[in-house]
This record gives sequence, C-alpha cells and structure tokens, in this order.
Amino acid sequence: MRGYKLKTLAATAALLATTSLAHAEDVEVLHWWTSGGEAAALNVLKEDLSGQGIGWQDMPVAGGGGTEAMTVLRARVTSGNPPTAVQMLGFDILDWAEEGALANLNDVAAAEGWDEVVPEALQAFAKHDGNWISAPVNVHSTNWVWANKAILDELGIAQPTSWDEFVAALEAVEASGKIALAHGGQAWQDATIFDGVVLSTGGIDFYRQAFIDLDPEALVSDTMVEVFDRMATLRGHVDENFSGRDWNLASAMVINGEAAFQIMGDWAKGEFINAGQVPGEDFLCFRVPGSEGTVSFNADQFAMFGVSGDDAVAAQNAMAASIMSPEFQSAFNVVKGSAPARTDVPNDAFDACGQQAMADLAEAADSGTLIGSIAHGHATRAAVKNAIYDVVTAHFNGEFDSATAVQELVTAIEINQ
Amino acid sequence: MTMTVPKTSARPAKQGGDWLRDAIPKLVLSPSLFIILVFVYGFIFFTFYLSFTDSRILPSHDLVGWLNYERLFKIRGWDIAVVNLLIFGSLYIVICCVLGLLLAILLDQKIRAEGFIRTVYLYPMALSFIVTGIAWKWFLDPGIGLQAVVRSWGWESFTFTWIKDSDMAIYTIVIAAVWQTSGFVMAMFLAGLRGIDNEVMKAAQIDGASTVALYRRIIIPQLRPAFMSAFVVLAHMAIKSYDLIIALTGGGPGTATEMPATFMYSYTFTRNQMGIGAASATIMLMSIAAIMVPYIYSELREKK
Repeated sequence: MRGYKLKTLAATAALLATTSLAHAEDVEVLHWWTSGGEAAALNVLKEDLSGQGIGWQDMPVAGGGGTEAMTVLRARVTSGNPPTAVQMLGFDILDWAEEGALANLNDVAAAEGWDEVVPEALQAFAKHDGNWISAPVNVHSTNWVWANKAILDELGIAQPTSWDEFVAALEAVEASGKIALAHGGQAWQDATIFDGVVLSTGGIDFYRQAFIDLDPEALVSDTMVEVFDRMATLRGHVDENFSGRDWNLASAMVINGEAAFQIMGDWAKGEFINAGQVPGEDFLCFRVPGSEGTVSFNADQFAMFGVSGDDAVAAQNAMAASIMSPEFQSAFNVVKGSAPARTDVPNDAFDACGQQAMADLAEAADSGTLIGSIAHGHATRAAVKNAIYDVVTAHFNGEFDSATAVQELVTAIEINQ
Repeated sequence: MTMTVPKTSARPAKQGGDWLRDAIPKLVLSPSLFIILVFVYGFIFFTFYLSFTDSRILPSHDLVGWLNYERLFKIRGWDIAVVNLLIFGSLYIVICCVLGLLLAILLDQKIRAEGFIRTVYLYPMALSFIVTGIAWKWFLDPGIGLQAVVRSWGWESFTFTWIKDSDMAIYTIVIAAVWQTSGFVMAMFLAGLRGIDNEVMKAAQIDGASTVALYRRIIIPQLRPAFMSAFVVLAHMAIKSYDLIIALTGGGPGTATEMPATFMYSYTFTRNQMGIGAASATIMLMSIAAIMVPYIYSELREKK
C-alpha cells in the first residue's frame, strides 16, 4: 500500500511538472478582430504558432476601432500582468513605449532583416528610439469605396472617377429606391469617411498640413469648410437607421444588394470574400473619388509587451518572427483584405482588389503620398484623434453647420494638445 | 441640595463586562470603517489630487494647478454632459417619485393579488442596466421596434424615432431608467405607507376629510423619510448612470446623450487624459455633495 501511495505521489508530481512546462510557451493575445472575415484571418496565425508548439490564449474584445480593447489593456498593464502581444494602432504603440511597457525586438528584427523591407512610414510607428517594439502585420487603407456591381450595372452607372460623378451616382441610386450609402453611425466610422473626403477635397499637402502638422491656417480654411460640406452631402445619402450600426452590418447591406456604396477601410473586403463574392464580378473596389494616387494607411501591429521569464520571451520572439515571415504575410493578408507590411511579398495569391492595394501602397510609398489615417490613430495622438472624432460625428449628425464645425475643430484640437 | 453618590465602589466591577460589551460593536465595525476610509475617501482625495496633475495614460505627479479645470469648461462635450444630467436627473427623480407614490397608494388599497402585482412591478429592478439598455434599444429602434410593429398593424404614419434624434434621445434614457426603478421606489413608499398609524387616519375621516385631503395633508407629509431615501437612491443612480447610456445609445446620435459619467470614463481611459477626467469626476462629486449634504443634514437634524 505504502509503495503504491509513493508511486502515485511521484507520478502526480511528474505530471504537474510537465503540465507547467507545457503552459510556459503560451502567448496571450489581446485583439478586436471579432467579425467573420477577421477571425478567419487571425486563425492563420494561430495555426502557424500551434505548428511551432506555441499555445494561443485568445483575448478578444469586440468593438471595431479598438477603443474597448485599449481600455482593457490599461487595466491589465496597471495590474502588472500585461498580455504577451496586443493588436495596436499607430500612436497608441508609441504612447505605451514611452511608458516603458514594451519589449525590445531588435534581435528578431536584425535576424529577419526587417529594416529593409518595411516602408518607412510604418517604421515610424513600429520603432521607438531606434528600437523595434512591435511586429507590423498588415497595411490597411481607409480611403476605399466598396460598390455592389449588380446595382451599378442595373442603373447604368460607371465607376465614379471624380467627386461630382460620385455624388451623381449616389443620387441615381437613391432615385431608384435603394439606399445610396451604407453607413454605421459610430464616431470612428464617420471619421473613416472623413479621411477619404479630406484627401479628395484638399489633396495630400492639405491633409498633411492640417492633420499631421495641425497648422491652424490649414484647419481654419475654405478648403476645410468644403470638406465638411462634402460630409454633409454624404449624410444626405444614408438611410435613417444608420445611427449606431456596426460596420460589418453596413457591409452586409452592400453585399445583399440593399445599398450600393460603402466608404470603409479594406477590412470590409474580408466580409465580401467571406460571403463568397468575387472582386470585379460581384463588387467593385475603388479609391474615394478625388483621392486616387494617395493612400491613407493604418497598420495593425502586434505590440510586444515586456514579459518576464525566458520561455515567455522566447515564445514572444517566435510570434514576432512568424508574423513577419513572407509566407504568413501572404496567407494572412489574402484573408484579411489588407496589403502585407513587407514590400517583398509576391502578390500571386491575392485577388484583384488585394493586388491593387499592394500596387497602390508601393507607388504611394515611393512618391511620398503614403500618409497616416486620422481616424485610426496614425496622424495624431489619442487625445487629439478623439477631439476630431467629436467634431466630425457631431457635424455628421447635424448638431452644427460646416462653418461652426471648422471653429469647433480648431478649439477642440487646441484644448486637447 | 443634591448629594452626589460616590460611585467609586461600583465602578471596577462594571467596567470589565461593560467595556467589552461596548467595545465589541466598534471592533467588529472597524475593519469595514478602515476599508471605507482608505478605499472610498482615500481614493476620492487621490482623484482630487490627480485633477491638479498632468496625468495622461497613467497617473503622473507633475502639478499643473487649475489647467485641467480651465480646459474642462472649454470642452463642448462637458457642457452637453452637464445639461443632459440636469434634464435626465430632474425628470428621472420626479417621474419615479410620482409614479412610485401613485403605484404604492393604489397597491395599498387592500386589493386581492397584491403580493403578485407588487412582485411584477419590482421585477425590472432585478435586471442589470445593461440588459435594460439593450432591450429598450431594440424596442425603441424605428427599424425593428415599436415604430415598425405599429406600422405593420396598419397605422402607416406612426413615427417614434426619438432614439435616433439628437434632441429627443435623452428622453428615451429617462423612459428606460424610470421603467427600471419606479418599482423599487414603489416598494419604498409602500413600506412607508404601511408604517403610518391607522388611528390618525381614522380620526381624520371622522372629522370629515375627503380622500384627497387625507392623502395630501396627512399621509404624504408622513412619508418624508421615505421621500428622503428615495431621493438619495435616485439621485446617486442618476449621477452614476453609465451602463444604461452605453447600452441604450452609446453616447447618443453623435454626442447627444453624453453624461458626466460617460464623459469621465472616456476622457480618463479612452482618450488618455486622466487629468481632465479626474477634474470632471471632482466636479461631479462637488455638485452632488452640494445638493445631498444640506438635504440629509436638514432631514436628520429635525429628528433631534
């Protein structure tokens, strides 16, 4: 009997030891990729890592735009238990780097040669004080229009190439009884439209002067009033239930043929692909008319938080290397709808819209027209970004007119800087 | 003259047992008291302190004087939040009290299924505000809720788009909040009504008082303690309401239903401006204290 007890005790102890070893190589990942297309894309990374023997603890926090996820993150970091990797955008990464919360990925970056293949505009957000702090996953762009080809063909509308043609197209769709512009009335969605409209109205130089440099002269200008006028025009073409609608439900309206157009970033393409539609046959993708040649980007990156323990650091480095490998970049971005963060990834696996996105990205990176998205935290810090959200969404909902909106914009940016 | 009776001989025997009996309640309560002192009042002072610093993502200790307060009153969203709180708070408290009192008086008439009806009215209180918010959001949505149903019944021109209207959205929050809490207020008033002495009412009826006068002059004034409890509970729920706003309108069409609680949360946690958020929280505390403290003091002082 005694011998039996001793054996079970020893066996239990051995089992406990091995189970603790098995858990040491998990990565805990916080993200907000919860809709159908996005979850499928993230699964590619999960399977890649499980093939390397690294477990995946998922921590999804719903809410497109990521505001809720960032709040959950703050709670975890202040309690001293940060997740291994967090999906983050633009200036949020730099904010956390300044707090000293992020890990140093220089070893992995040097071994894999990241400096040569990642566009400079992206590196501005992936490095802090010259050290790599996050692994870029993709480059999304926000100045896209998604159109239901069947409706356009039925009404004889060609793909608009200028703003006036676009407005005429919207009016034609509305006259036929369908919804012209599918939109969800959440602040970040209104701001996503704003990105494209600013580029279309004022061009890349105006965008840079007003929203990157925050120059008051550009902010209080006739061009800015015209930007808000165009936003008001778009407001006139959405349906009456738009307030509070989620972005993927607005995409569904275009997929189902209830609406003709949606202005949304290219994560919307994942929804169309998931529904079995083919670019060029069932849906069209084109730049917001007037903004061709410029790309307002937002790059999802997995910021790596400072974790302790050699196993945890090893798992983190393995995840970073996996994220940046060309095979993963191709597989993930094909499903997600974005362009790879590396410029040397072959584009044969991508569909027509994906190839156009990659071509636009390369061209914009070369000619200096690749610029950070206002709406997604790549132009200004969170405080100013949210101040801009306030003004854009209040104006979109008719709380004041364009001239007042410009004044409110300047005041809001000034207070929150 | 009075003779002072020497108590010295009796003292030592009493002291041992009495001291313990007196001390045990204090001993049992002191951990809770300590926790409240530290975690409620201590952290209130910490927030007050933070409102004078330039904290952004995480607390910092660089003092900047009144800068956060100056910025706070320039922010458009704060004016909207304060106005919304005044509208929502006053409507919520008044309508809940009136409805609660009415229901309590009606229930007090010795009706048959009183226990069952009372439970039915109390059920909404058992729901969390999130559930209430989401349920009412669907109910008030023009596309799938009340408007759609009434139109499908034949009344084609019926419109009820308050929840999508920037000016009227705040009143939908009043509706949902009143629905949730009026049962609870009713229960408080019912308890108060049951505690009124029957003799006074019989005497008044003998003197020829009509029912209305009976209620107005005798019963309702005697419900003052219940009014005070109801007011304190409703006022603090009005100030605190965050989950209902977020679930029902998410801040409203645009920023129309911003409230101080949602403002404070968004500035502190989402916008990385802890200093301004702390300032707004301090203002909220000061304004509610300015109303509640004199009221409670005056009510409690009269009892002496």
